[in-house]
Formats: sequence, C-alpha cells, structure tokens
Amino acid sequence: MKQEEAKKFHKIDVVVVGAGLAGLRAALEVARNGAQVAVLSKVYPTRSHSGGAQGGIAAALANVSEDSVDSHVFDTIKGSDYLADQDVIKFFCQEAIQSIYELEHMGVPFSRTADGRINQRPFGGHSQPRACFASDITGHVLLHTLYEQCLKHNVHFFNEFQVFSLITKDSICRGVAAWDIRDGGLHIFHSKAVLLATGGYGRAWKITSNAHANTGDGVALVLEEGLPLEDMEFVQYHPTGLYKHGILLTEAARGEGGYLINDAGERFMKKYTPAKMELGPRDMVSRAEQQEINEGRGIGGKDYVYLDLRHLGAAKILERLPQIYDLALNYLKVDAIKEPVPIQPTAHYSMGGIAANIHTEVISDARGTVFSGLYAAGEAACHSLHGANRLGTNSLQDAVTFGRIAGIRMSRYVQENELLPLPANPLEKAQAKISRLMEGNGSEKHAAIREVLQENMTRYLGVFRNEADMRKVLDVIRTLQQRYQNVRIDDRGQAYNLDLFEAIEVGNLLSFSEVIVESALLRQESRGAHYRSDFPKRDDANWLKHTLAWRKNGKIVFDFKTVFIYPEYQPQERKY
Amino acid sequence: MGKINITAKIQRYNPEQDKRPRWQDFRLEVDDESTILDILNEIHWKIDGTLAYRRSCRSSICGSCAMNVNGCNVLACETPLHRFGNKLKIKPLPGFAVLKDLVVDLEPFFAKLRRIKPYLIVKRPIPDKEFLQSTEQFEEIGESTLCILCAACSSACPSSWPNEDYIGPAALLKAYRYIFDSRDDGSDDRLDIINDKNGVWRCHTIFNCMEACPKKIKITEYLSRLKVKILENSL
Repeated sequence: MKQEEAKKFHKIDVVVVGAGLAGLRAALEVARNGAQVAVLSKVYPTRSHSGGAQGGIAAALANVSEDSVDSHVFDTIKGSDYLADQDVIKFFCQEAIQSIYELEHMGVPFSRTADGRINQRPFGGHSQPRACFASDITGHVLLHTLYEQCLKHNVHFFNEFQVFSLITKDSICRGVAAWDIRDGGLHIFHSKAVLLATGGYGRAWKITSNAHANTGDGVALVLEEGLPLEDMEFVQYHPTGLYKHGILLTEAARGEGGYLINDAGERFMKKYTPAKMELGPRDMVSRAEQQEINEGRGIGGKDYVYLDLRHLGAAKILERLPQIYDLALNYLKVDAIKEPVPIQPTAHYSMGGIAANIHTEVISDARGTVFSGLYAAGEAACHSLHGANRLGTNSLQDAVTFGRIAGIRMSRYVQENELLPLPANPLEKAQAKISRLMEGNGSEKHAAIREVLQENMTRYLGVFRNEADMRKVLDVIRTLQQRYQNVRIDDRGQAYNLDLFEAIEVGNLLSFSEVIVESALLRQESRGAHYRSDFPKRDDANWLKHTLAWRKNGKIVFDFKTVFIYPEYQPQERKY
Repeated sequence: MGKINITAKIQRYNPEQDKRPRWQDFRLEVDDESTILDILNEIHWKIDGTLAYRRSCRSSICGSCAMNVNGCNVLACETPLHRFGNKLKIKPLPGFAVLKDLVVDLEPFFAKLRRIKPYLIVKRPIPDKEFLQSTEQFEEIGESTLCILCAACSSACPSSWPNEDYIGPAALLKAYRYIFDSRDDGSDDRLDIINDKNGVWRCHTIFNCMEACPKKIKITEYLSRLKVKILENSL
C-alpha cells in the first residue's frame, strides 16, 4: 500500500506512542524544547494505566529520615538480584530527586509532612522511607498533572489511535502506521523520532493487576522489526492482588503496617524475610505466599492468604489507603476496617522489554549498536534498571525520569537530523494485518485464544517455574499461534471497531509470550522474580548476564549482554 | 458463586448502518458475582463481537467505562450485577453524541477542560526544593484531585443538556482544584473564565453530579465555593 493510500498523512518531528507517565513526560520535554510532538494513545491519556499505580514514587529526598542517593542505589541493586546495570541505577537515583521537585513544581498534590514538605512512606526492599506519595492515588495524580502540563504546552494528542506497525528503512525508524479507532482508517505519521512508551504486558496472564490495554503492543512491534527484547523472563508478581480479580492493592498497605496472615493466623513472613517481615522485596513475598498456599496454609486450604489492616484503625485506613478500602469493599464485599482482605500474587510488572541504553535509544545487538530514530521508555523498555526484580515505587520514577531523558535526547536528535524519506510501501505491514482479520473467513475467535493463553500463563509461568510446565505452555502458545492464523472477527466496520483492535492485541500477546517462555526456559538458575524449582540457586558464574532475544525466520534466537557492575557493588547473597 | 440468567437490553448504534439507535436484548447465563463490565465482555467476546464500549483498568481508576445502567450513570467495572437484578438496560452516557453503541464523543468534554487552564500557574519564585504546603492546605484540594474525568457528572447534569457551551461540573471541579491550590497564582485568570453564564453560574445546585460521581466527590459543594470566591473577589 502506497503512501497516497493512507487515510491521512502527518509530518511531525517526534511521535510518542503511549500516553502514560513515560510518554507524557517525554512529550512535555520535547514540546518545551520547541519541537513538534504528537502523542498517539489507544486510550484517552488519562485512562493510561500509570494511573493505576497507588503507593508512591521513589526518591531519596530524606524528608523523613537520613536517606541518601547511595542507599537508594544499593537497595535497587540488591533488589534487582544484581542483574540491573549499576551505571543506570546510579544515574537514575541521582536524577530521581530532580524529577520529584519538577513534578511538585508542576502541581502534583503530594501528601505532606507536618512541616509542609513532601511526605514519604516505607516500601518493600527500600531501607528508608523514600516513597513520595499522594494518599494511595499517586499514579493517578501524576498522570493527570502531566497530561495537564502537556495541554499547557500544546502537545498534539491523537486520542484513540493504535499503532499497527513501525515504519523503518535501512535501520532507521521513520514513523508509524496507526489505526484511527474512532473513525477507522490508517494514518501515516512520518517523523524523525519515535518513542515507544506503550507500557507493560500483564494481560498475557489471567490473574493480573494490569488494565485491558496492557498488551505489550510496543514490545511486539519491536520484535516484528527484527529488534531484540531484553530479560523477558523477569516478570514481577505483586504479592497483594485482590483474590480472583488480581486487582492491585498497594504495597503501601504493608508500608503503613499491614500484616500478611496464613490460615493459622500466623504472620508467615517471619520465616522468609525476618528482618523486613512484610516489607521484603516483592519476589520474595510473592514466593512466600505461594509456598504457604502450596503447603496447605492458604485460608481454608484455598489459594489465597490474608492482608490484615484491622489493627491500623479506621482513621489511618481511610486517610492513607482509601482506594484500597473501596476496592476490597466493591469487588469482594470485604470491609477492611473489620475484616482481613483475601489476596494472592498477581502478574504485575515486566522488568524486561525493549532493549535500550541509558539514553533510552533502542539497540539492535549485544554490543549496543543504536537503531536510529527509535527510543523506548517506561515499562515497555529494559534499560536495565530493575534487573531481575523491581522495587516498589521505582517504576513511576523510572517512567518519569527516563521519559524526561527520552524527551531531551529526541529533542537533540531531531535538531541534528533531517527527515528521511519513507519506504515505498509504508503501510504494507499494517495493511496486511488488517486485511487478514477483516477479510478472513476463519472460524477462530480471538477472545477464546486469549483466554487459553492467559490461563496457561497463570498456571505454568508464575511465581514458581520448572522445565516441564514451561514446555507445556510453550506448546500451547505455538498451537494458539497457528489458531490465530484463522481468526475471524465479527465486526467488519470502520467506526470504533473494538473487535479489530482486540484481535491485533491478541496477536501481540502471542508474539512476545513465546519470547517470555523461551527466555525463562533458557535461564537455568533462579534470580529475582525468575524462580526455577529445578534450578533453585542463583548461578553468577553462568548467568550473571542479560538475555537478548530476537525472532528470526520464525524462531527465537538469543545472545547475551554484560551486566554493568561497579567494583564496590559486587554480587552478594541476597538476604533480608 | 452461582449462576444467574439475565436479560441485558443494550442500546446499539452503528453509524455505518443505523439511522438512529435501537435496542437489542441479550439473554445469557452469568456468574452472579459479575460486574456490568464482565457482562459486556461476555457478550462481546462470546456472542457478538460487534458490540463497542470503552474499558481499560477494570478497577475504577481510569474512567473509561462510565455508562448508564438502569437510569444511573455508573462505572461498569465496579458495579455489581446484583445492584440492579437480572434485568439490565444499558445505554451510553446521556447528553453526549453517540459514536457507536456505548461509545460517546468525549472530544467536547476534554475541550472544556482546556478552557479553565487546568495546570498550576506559578508567578512566585520557584524554590530549589518543593513548595511548602501545609496538611490543611493540601486537604482543601485533596478530594478534588480524585476526579478521574469519567464524565458521569457532566452527563448527569441537567444544566449541561441544553447548553453545549456550559463548562460543566468536571472542568469546574478542575478549576476548583487549581484555584484552591496554595501554590497557584493563576486564580484571577481562571475566576474570570468561570465567572460567566456558561461558567459556574450555570450550576443550579441540582446535585445530580454528586449522585453520579463514582468517586463520591462533593462536586456541588466545591462549585458553590467557587461562586463564593467570585463574590468575595468582587467586593
């Protein structure tokens, strides 16, 4: 399909895909620097799932304790189980402080200390109270504030546009092809730079804290371009998902003093992370819960344990955790002031993602060769800041700080580079996907395929993994990929075709899920969130390295990238 | 958890086929603990893929799935079936142009937000660290920052229905959120904008917005405080 056949053609300096914290912060930076920027989001920006983040955003402000950047650095390194790149961590922890003050100056309504400064609360794996917060709606107020700043700076929003393919030629990204969800039709966005800030991919699991929108679209687009994904085996399961729903109940519930209780009424974390109790890092707390459940100590022998807030009292619960209170009441009919709340581990965060360097530039190999014009930030990217396990509150900071860095880098890049011509058929890939779904006569429903994927990912690729289980889920994925070729959608119209964009999303889920499972099979050790019952020890001699995965000729192939380690932060045994 | 047979009467409209909206009945068996969103998903995924609606977080924070169920504006994701029994009548948010089925045109809604300058305006020197704000000052705006821009309030507001130009409760609440922020220096600008027949004076304290708000924000009260502020400033 030729350029002229696009429904509409846009020429612009920078395209940002995704309007969560990373995308908005980047767009704001580009707009402030005077370049033209368009933000494409498949949902209205304020619907982005950054708004689902509750408990806080990390920075060593030292407002309520003797905190330091060094302490934040070490906690993050240890939390990552030594897999994160330490130069990235150091840079991040320093920049985090400026990021917070900027956000405050933009008007973010942070909760306050008695003397009027930004309040901070404890969080798992952090040795100091360093989570700046706004009650338990931190992500929500950050998202709205950044959106409003973008309005102020006249960022151009394309609301409800879904990117169906990147447009690249000669290893340079030249724009995107995007579907107008509202009215239908493909648009070409011809640009000098593209930022993928498409968020996470928890929707590959049945029990997940993620929104319907979190289908890893950017990650799948990169894979399709023959570019690598990094550390995809590392998926975080949040310890406190609302039972059966998977909906997030913030770690701040434990930061404020909440207990985890098994069927015997015991605070079982004393057996696992005695020094930190409920504020151990998420990988360890989720494993502890699952072990309690597996050994029959779930409540009534079932697959959940309790989050107990009752001793905090009504006043504290309603002031500090009002959203948690409402969620438990609305979805489980549990009054958290009077009753403990049933919870279970829930697929939550992707430490892995699009391989990118410290400047947010997407790379194409283990040597770090930059793929020009393409950037990645936020949960979609792997820099790698979080290594094998992310600490709570580091993700909002990651999105904001590296969103800002992406904005700075892209502003510079578009000043120094010309707009390069599009390839002859810029819509080819996007059009092929649409045609197959709109004109196909298959018999498969995409929703049924997705359901099988999600059930198998939750059952076989959870907190504990082993080779036999992962082989099963890999077989399932391959079968589903075949079935996906015969998907038929009911809706053949142009206007708000939910059927079409969900079908595209299922294609994306199947694409990167294969990489997650293959990467997890390959890594024969246990590190951070990747725990293999058949290889229960961390193996630094063989596995202290990043996994890079490509799809080449239909097969997943791998290479490995060195972990950046400072002499003073050599790997140690990880105990809490 | 048990099963229950329900009838969901859903307003359908496909701009490529229909001249005007029509009703379609879906009869299905669902878990009795289902939410309204679960039911829409069940229909869309298994019965009729052409059904269009917005949804994302399914945890009452993104604001995508505001719609009208049995006469009430609600978030579909947080509303249990048992609130309404086994006969449902689901239609898009009233007062907005319908794009397709349960999807309404939100561009005018978001355009109104822009009118009130929804961002901190700072004329004082910026400190090296944070602006200081007391807990009391924070509490002035705390509840108003809960707004998820779901549009349930504006849709429920009778003053909004005949007046397309009325800024409406959601954008006015946002104006409150910035005007009453101790760090903001732009309230004179904003008060000028809302001191208008299509600004805060179009609010006739009907309280529908408060009733519709899924976050239980006391919107009408905050709008009244804006009116008082305008009057105080004019003295």
